Amino acid sequence: MHAENEILFRDSAAKALLDPQLRANFRRAMDGLITKRKAQFPDPRDLQDLRDLSTAIRSRSLLNLPSLLEQFEAQATRNGIQVHWAETCDQANELILGILRSKGAKTLVKGKSMVSEEMHLNDFLEKHGIEALESDLGEYIIQLDGETPSHIIMPAIHKNKDQIARQFSQKIKDAKYTEDVDELTAMARKVLRQKFLEADAGLSGVNFAVAETGTLCLVENEGNGRMSTHVPPLHIAVMGLEKVVATLEDVAPLYSILTRSATGQPVTTYFNLITAPRGAGEKDGPQEIHLVILDNGRSNIYADPQLQATLRCIRCGACMNHCPVYTRVGGHAYEAVYPGPIGKILTPQVEGVGVRHDLLHGSSLCGACGEVCPVQIPIPEILVRLRREATHQDPGSQVVGKGTGRTSSEDWAWRLWAMANKRPGLYRIITWFATRFGKALPAGAPLIKDWTRTRTKPVPAHRTLNERVRAKGVPHV
Amino acid sequence: MKEVYFYATCLVDLFFPDAGMAGIELLQAAGVRVIFPEGQTCCGQPAYNCGYWEEARDVARGQIALFPKDIPVILPSGSCAGMMKNHYPELFHGQPEEAQVRAFSSRVFELTQFLVNELDVKLQDLGEPVKVTWHSSCHAVRDLGLVGEPKQLIAQLSKVELAPLTREHECCGFGGTFSVRQPEISGAMSCDKAADAEATGASVVLSTDGGCLLNVNGTLEAKKSPLRVQHIAEFLWERTRAR
Repeated sequence: MHAENEILFRDSAAKALLDPQLRANFRRAMDGLITKRKAQFPDPRDLQDLRDLSTAIRSRSLLNLPSLLEQFEAQATRNGIQVHWAETCDQANELILGILRSKGAKTLVKGKSMVSEEMHLNDFLEKHGIEALESDLGEYIIQLDGETPSHIIMPAIHKNKDQIARQFSQKIKDAKYTEDVDELTAMARKVLRQKFLEADAGLSGVNFAVAETGTLCLVENEGNGRMSTHVPPLHIAVMGLEKVVATLEDVAPLYSILTRSATGQPVTTYFNLITAPRGAGEKDGPQEIHLVILDNGRSNIYADPQLQATLRCIRCGACMNHCPVYTRVGGHAYEAVYPGPIGKILTPQVEGVGVRHDLLHGSSLCGACGEVCPVQIPIPEILVRLRREATHQDPGSQVVGKGTGRTSSEDWAWRLWAMANKRPGLYRIITWFATRFGKALPAGAPLIKDWTRTRTKPVPAHRTLNERVRAKGVPHV
Repeated sequence: MKEVYFYATCLVDLFFPDAGMAGIELLQAAGVRVIFPEGQTCCGQPAYNCGYWEEARDVARGQIALFPKDIPVILPSGSCAGMMKNHYPELFHGQPEEAQVRAFSSRVFELTQFLVNELDVKLQDLGEPVKVTWHSSCHAVRDLGLVGEPKQLIAQLSKVELAPLTREHECCGFGGTFSVRQPEISGAMSCDKAADAEATGASVVLSTDGGCLLNVNGTLEAKKSPLRVQHIAEFLWERTRAR
């Protein structure tokens, strides 16, 4: 039934569904986010206008991506930012290690960055004797437990207050047990403040890179992003190569739709525009800024006109907040850096559509994701396209692992299905038998067995509609 | 006299023929001549959604050929109508028959859409007072673009009270092959939908789509709930036909 080496989403999802605490945590959190987002967009026409504008900006940026990246690099370099390119995560990790070593840096304090998660940077640095500490509260919480993010903007959303209270009292030195959110936050703050002051380097992600000015935009709420990028003497930023936009003017609508779609905030507490390291006579800011631009499969996605839409993503997480599957199984079940609907189309394109075939089928194609996506990525259509790629070797396709999800059992199933449905005579015979003897089908038959886990066996009507209309004399021409 | 074609869809053909008959009778009652061509099977959506596009095209080609006249094609399903209207042009993109397929797709309507927007039907409620709830099919709303036609029809029925679901627009968990490829997730979604419907206190759940009907009804029955989902066509016809 499944191709070799295939990672089965079904198994991990089934496991997650058995955890009522996890399901309750996600449902409550996602409901809150849905409500907050909704309140930000009271007028559906205004929302659609902003989505159209944002989609146009991201599409235009991608259309001109090669030249915008060149322009950005030239401008950023002129500003004093040192730009590095990495094709793979390994290369990006090595680059960062090299930069840190050249400065003798032993400790790194991190603002939130999903690209660094993609690179598994923390593990890599730890192996090389460098401490990487997450400073985003959510990231800090999961780092204490050695976990990965379960949501791209709320990484610890799978935990509730009580779980965090227990965890802090066990893992933070001299911490007392409290369920008071302010006290818990203060505990983390105390640890992190000291780390900001001591760290040799800071690392951050990038929300938008502006080509005309060479500016890195960083959206955040906790101030840890600003601390990570301004207090240590060295700032290293990492970003995917799709993040560039042409002008500062492009940023305003994207920023607005990002925060409103993500957390339902009209603006975030902090919005950092990082253009240059500390200048002569300036009293703060890092002495050096490095930017690592990562490909990791993106240019391959870019090459396909339909799949390119995947790269429009501004990482707001609205698709996961609204996804009926994500809401029930949570982020870890996806066994991927990016969970939820966007992860469902991104992960298979990077890791291979064959090994991730089951993930591609972990969707009812309900379309809730596409409906809320601020840049209108047609996620359901792309899922269908990738299911196609997983089972076929279309010439001209560059999709990683194309055709490797094909199994002879599925092949046969569709061949038989087509045979029955393109021959009305045969269809009539089959449905005649189904209506007369459908009840007799054993409950343990394939497909029926899966269907009847939570449902009764479907029983066909006594006569098909085709038969009924004939008997009733409804004209057929 | 206005003429239309009626396309059963495989689920209605095999599992909900009463809904199909009711759809035909609603159209006839509105003064429309309904043609039901022989040779109807499936629109091809299951194979299309799984990436088996050649097989889907083979089946679709045969079905399109059943509707040669330039008159509307009415389906008692938002999902299958979405397939024929929006995805046939994608499926046949670059194929020799693309133009012909596009012309066909432009004639496709979901039943309630046609009753409201094209026929502007006026319904007279002849039934007893009843409380119902409404489950919106994902494909009818998000794929086909149904905006409220079914509810407009329900609102015309004077003795019908509509109690909304808490999560009206959340998927019921059917998703075609999703229901058997991912039975655990699908089942969790279906059970939540069934519980939401039960909590409304309604005596019937209405929907436009056979897939949702099959799924939620199977779940309700497994829970030994007396509640059932009924196709909106059947409900409308039962309440408005002269006895």
